[in-house]
Amino acid sequence: MKIFQDAGHLFRLAAVFLLGLILFLVIRSFLVPRSFGRYGHYRANAITETAALPVNYAGHQVCENCHGDVLEVKSKGVHKGVACESCHGPLAAHAEDPASVLPVKLDTAVLCARCHQENIAKPKTFPQVNAAEHSGGAACNTCHQPHSPAMDTEVKQ
Amino acid sequence: MTITRRQLLILLPAAAVAWNYILAGTPEASPNYNMAEHWWAMLVDITKCIGCGSCVRGCQQENHVPDGYYRTWVERYHIEDWQMEYPEVDSPDGGKNGFPPAKETGGKNFFVPKLCNHCADSPCTQVCPVGATFVSPDGVVLVDQKYCLGCRYCVQACPYGCRFINPQTETANKCTLCYHRITKGLTTACCEVCPTGARQLANLKDPKDPIHDFLRTHSVQVLKPQMATRSKCFYNGLDGAVR
Repeated sequence: MKIFQDAGHLFRLAAVFLLGLILFLVIRSFLVPRSFGRYGHYRANAITETAALPVNYAGHQVCENCHGDVLEVKSKGVHKGVACESCHGPLAAHAEDPASVLPVKLDTAVLCARCHQENIAKPKTFPQVNAAEHSGGAACNTCHQPHSPAMDTEVKQ
Repeated sequence: MTITRRQLLILLPAAAVAWNYILAGTPEASPNYNMAEHWWAMLVDITKCIGCGSCVRGCQQENHVPDGYYRTWVERYHIEDWQMEYPEVDSPDGGKNGFPPAKETGGKNFFVPKLCNHCADSPCTQVCPVGATFVSPDGVVLVDQKYCLGCRYCVQACPYGCRFINPQTETANKCTLCYHRITKGLTTACCEVCPTGARQLANLKDPKDPIHDFLRTHSVQVLKPQMATRSKCFYNGLDGAVR
């Protein structure tokens, strides 16, 4: 009895499968990014790509490098913990190129009310006013100096 | 050696594929940043939040979040003392422009800022079929914008509702904990602009980080602890009614 008399067919078939497998592995090695699987089942380069996005808020340390005079006023008042860009908006472009990118002038009647308009859900210790009653719609910086708003320390005429 | 036209036609696409492969290599990493030294977390102090919406505006401007979508948002809770289990929650435009005066004057009222909890066992990363979202080695849940198919599995999986599909790119989008800022030594945009310090970025691997002292001395809770997501967004003064 010759069981393996036609084994040549099987070897040829195995060769075809092997060729297919090698082809699959070659194509796969091209299609899967090299950083995939470095830390886990994901592309490690996605981390560095996310880290490379541009920054829009420069951070108050950058502002203070140039605007030391404002820092001095601010650090004595109750707004010492409020970062510059909290009111002035994102200004990394201004820090990069101070001459051509200028900050916009702020409307204190809108800006101050965002934080200080009274609301029942705000913490009771936080200073709040009813803007309409308090100033009758006048701009806050008529009386208060926003960088150091307490009336007894800084009065703006 | 001369190259025939036929050989050139075969070689050119091959060279293009190879060049593309080289270009897709490692982009420049942030210098002086070691992932192994960080395990990022966020501390939210509800007792300090005034609902001004600075964080929402700051996040949208820093990360170019489309209008009507939020990587972070602020909710206002109103709870009557005889209905502790049924809080009334509102968040007009994510709290971006603050909150109108409350309708009811009684009960308990407070603000809850929300963002991605950057869970260590995050449900959203486990459901991704293509490996496009993951917890980075420094503990930030990120989305690979080039790999994401926009299948929305992760949007449904997040128990905190922190993910959305960006209508411009049709890919999943979420808070990156300002990964492009924290790897450069800056704090997140929301922490930077928060006027009362209600949000604090924290590095749990840094023994000198003030968060360790805070966690030891305060009653701190995470959202939905029963989900066992190992959330890293810690809330001080969190009411039991908050969902």
